[in-house]
Amino acid sequence: MNITLKIWRQKNAKSKGRFETYKLNNVATDMSFLEMLDYLNETLITQGQEPVAFEHDCREGICGSCGIYINGRPHGNERRTTTCELRMTQFEDGCTITVEPWRAAAFPVIKDLVVDRSAFDKIIAAGGYISTNAGAAQDANAIPVSKHNADLAFDTASCIGCGACVAACKNASAMLFVAAKIAHLAQFPQGRIEAAERAKKMIAKMDELGFGGCTNTRACEAECPKGISISTIAKLNREFISAKIKD
Amino acid sequence: MNTLDAKIPEGPLADKWANHKAKLRLVNPANRKKIDIIVVGTGLAGSSAASTLGELGYNVKVFCYQDSPRRAHSVAAQGGINAAKNYKNDNDSVYRLFYDMIKGGDFRAREANVYRAAEVSNLVIDHYTALGVPFARDYGGLIDNRSFGGVQVSRTFYAKGQTGQQCQIGAYSALSRQINNGTVTMYSRREMIDLVVVDGKARGIIARNLITGEIERHSAHAVVLATGGYGTIYYLSTLALNSNGSAAWKAYKKGACFANPSFVQIHPTSIPVLNDHQCKLTLMSESLRNDGRVWVPKQKGDTRKPTDIPEDERDYYLERRYPAFGNLVPRDVASRAAKERCDAGFGVGPTGLSVYLDFRDAINKKGRKTIEENYGNLFEMYEKIIGESPYETPMRIYPAGHYTMGGLWVDYNLMTTLPGLFAIGEANFSDHGANRLGASSLMQTSGDGYFILPYTISDYLADEIKTPKIQTNTPEFDEAEKAAQERINKLLSIKGTETATSFHKRLGKIMWDYCGMVRNEEGLKKALGLIDKLRDEFWKNLRVPGTGEELNQELEKAGRVADFMELAKLLVYDALNRKESCGAHFREESQTDNGETKRDDANFAYVAAWEFKGEGTEPQLHKESLTFDFVKLQQRSYK
Repeated sequence: MNITLKIWRQKNAKSKGRFETYKLNNVATDMSFLEMLDYLNETLITQGQEPVAFEHDCREGICGSCGIYINGRPHGNERRTTTCELRMTQFEDGCTITVEPWRAAAFPVIKDLVVDRSAFDKIIAAGGYISTNAGAAQDANAIPVSKHNADLAFDTASCIGCGACVAACKNASAMLFVAAKIAHLAQFPQGRIEAAERAKKMIAKMDELGFGGCTNTRACEAECPKGISISTIAKLNREFISAKIKD
Repeated sequence: MNTLDAKIPEGPLADKWANHKAKLRLVNPANRKKIDIIVVGTGLAGSSAASTLGELGYNVKVFCYQDSPRRAHSVAAQGGINAAKNYKNDNDSVYRLFYDMIKGGDFRAREANVYRAAEVSNLVIDHYTALGVPFARDYGGLIDNRSFGGVQVSRTFYAKGQTGQQCQIGAYSALSRQINNGTVTMYSRREMIDLVVVDGKARGIIARNLITGEIERHSAHAVVLATGGYGTIYYLSTLALNSNGSAAWKAYKKGACFANPSFVQIHPTSIPVLNDHQCKLTLMSESLRNDGRVWVPKQKGDTRKPTDIPEDERDYYLERRYPAFGNLVPRDVASRAAKERCDAGFGVGPTGLSVYLDFRDAINKKGRKTIEENYGNLFEMYEKIIGESPYETPMRIYPAGHYTMGGLWVDYNLMTTLPGLFAIGEANFSDHGANRLGASSLMQTSGDGYFILPYTISDYLADEIKTPKIQTNTPEFDEAEKAAQERINKLLSIKGTETATSFHKRLGKIMWDYCGMVRNEEGLKKALGLIDKLRDEFWKNLRVPGTGEELNQELEKAGRVADFMELAKLLVYDALNRKESCGAHFREESQTDNGETKRDDANFAYVAAWEFKGEGTEPQLHKESLTFDFVKLQQRSYK
């Protein structure tokens, strides 16, 4: 198939970006979206042009590196899919595809489609853990956890930290990301001990880093490649309010 | 350096680690904060080592090339993590786990190391559980286990098909806590481009800031490499695209021996190659073989839909050839058996290079819901790529390059032949012999980082408490930085016509064809010539756009491919030298009558550790003999 790509090009964080248009012919329908970009880059390099910088690594939807705004949606049009899992079968011959980086104040553009998501790491470092040192644990079966809670923990822990929730949100809120971590750790008895403190610290850090507030538009939930539910945000609010009441 | 001293402690197998620990020297808490340790890599090995060393109070600096430590390739491990808990009451034990690994590795691993890995496995599970890793549980609230290839017990802990990701998030959270506490400083988006050696000891690294291109000097009293394996040397593999062998290769060129480089695991159940623009093969977890049955049609070139082929016209060749282990034979055995069927013309799919992995019987027996609970995300992944639902149609799978058992040679303390340089996780060679069993990489890599290295490194550091902070304005750092900068300049200045990816692809094909699942003397010798030729071409005709002073992903790639061009030859040398077959290393000249691997214990019961002797000079081989005091060497059988 032959396609037209409108891609955001930006040399570095300081320079101003712009859309560039590329015509790409002979795209195989069984390519993945990123293989199509690889093909574009190989073509650009051979023609003496600068390839498009984009992030990727595992190419199987689990590392969370890739994240591209495709035709106005994070990770493209298909539900529960990361950019690397998106296939060219989703697109029609002759189509134009608009390709942009995540847009959020807390995720500044580094180059082309690459953004700085280190704010997520800072939020986790503020409290997204259970405080236990190696060697201190008792036997793994000493604390039973109901299957229900363990499954819930798994569902929320499946967050890959890609940032699609932030990119999708009109307020660029990180609430789904933060809520998923809080909900994950709160399912375990040993995780309950710091639950209130954890919620306070992570939310304070999130606010400090320039993420917006949640206004329940549910865009995050719709775009999350791992299908994490917005109901986790309700859980976060519960933890946060009860922590504040105790203050 | 003529002999390799593995420093294996005396005493009965089960007491070695305890005896050794009792003798390891300590560094007191007040001195620890004066000691700097560099950890390169943030997968399960790097994250676990860094957080634990931080908890102990050392001053730790951690490096990764990704934007966040959470993204390291450990996330992609799917099926599970082993431990000898015996929660299933199926008569599992530390000894049995040890034995399965020694046998699974085809008697080419060190007894003492393997036993220790099995011994600390239970602590690893306890720790991950405490960190909030949501291992699968049964309705009573206790942890569930499943089975993996090459064993007859159920000792694999799992979190659906995302066990690696869940463990990695746990390890990352503990690392983040130490970053917050200030014991660990995180340097993400940094690539180690050289190792700095001062007076014969590893004292630092040269790193490139991948955003600004700035070359940085970082010093420490000791350096720990947790940089994973080099399976991407085949270009097409199950690994993340940016995984590479460069850090280990730099260490080798600075004096650390490289052990058994040709021991590469070809994983039997990957989604097959679909087309020639593919850059990655997606793994389908080995755990699927718990419930999936592998088969091909009995009739050559049968083009019927798999669901239309009646039961008696299917050849369940693993069950036929290996009745005792059936579909759960070890990976090397399953991979070769698939290749054998496809080479004989029974393969399926458009290319004829795949076999079926069928869940029909398991779905009928256990119900779709149970299968979905266990493997849901894998089925989804498969469907996205192939466009067929494994609930309805059997998966098509084929072997793909996956894990490297070979790596930097380490002694029992996990120290390389270069004092002060340690290697942990997949980056070292010590625990998996010639073939790794499923779910034992998460186990080994975490054990190394949480419960072994923190103890053994203190014995080395006990001599360093009076060493002041290592300065970076020394001739050794000057020289290393200059060499690294010169190489970058050289890569940028060729200005040829071919991209790094294209060269990588061509190298990968040579390696897959001549040093892949099956090897022989003629092919290996041919490969040496082909690699030399390709390497010459690379340095004459490479094109890297852009500059060194910016984010330049092509430059990163080019550096890694340049190292692979060299490492490839070492793999081939090693494969040529080892004229026996063992585990994943299958030399056609050495096979049994029915096509199984045939070891030659009289001549090859050793670790081949290679020492760099300069550019253009053949590496020197050092042999560490493997002695088996506690298990009996025998022909591996899964029949």
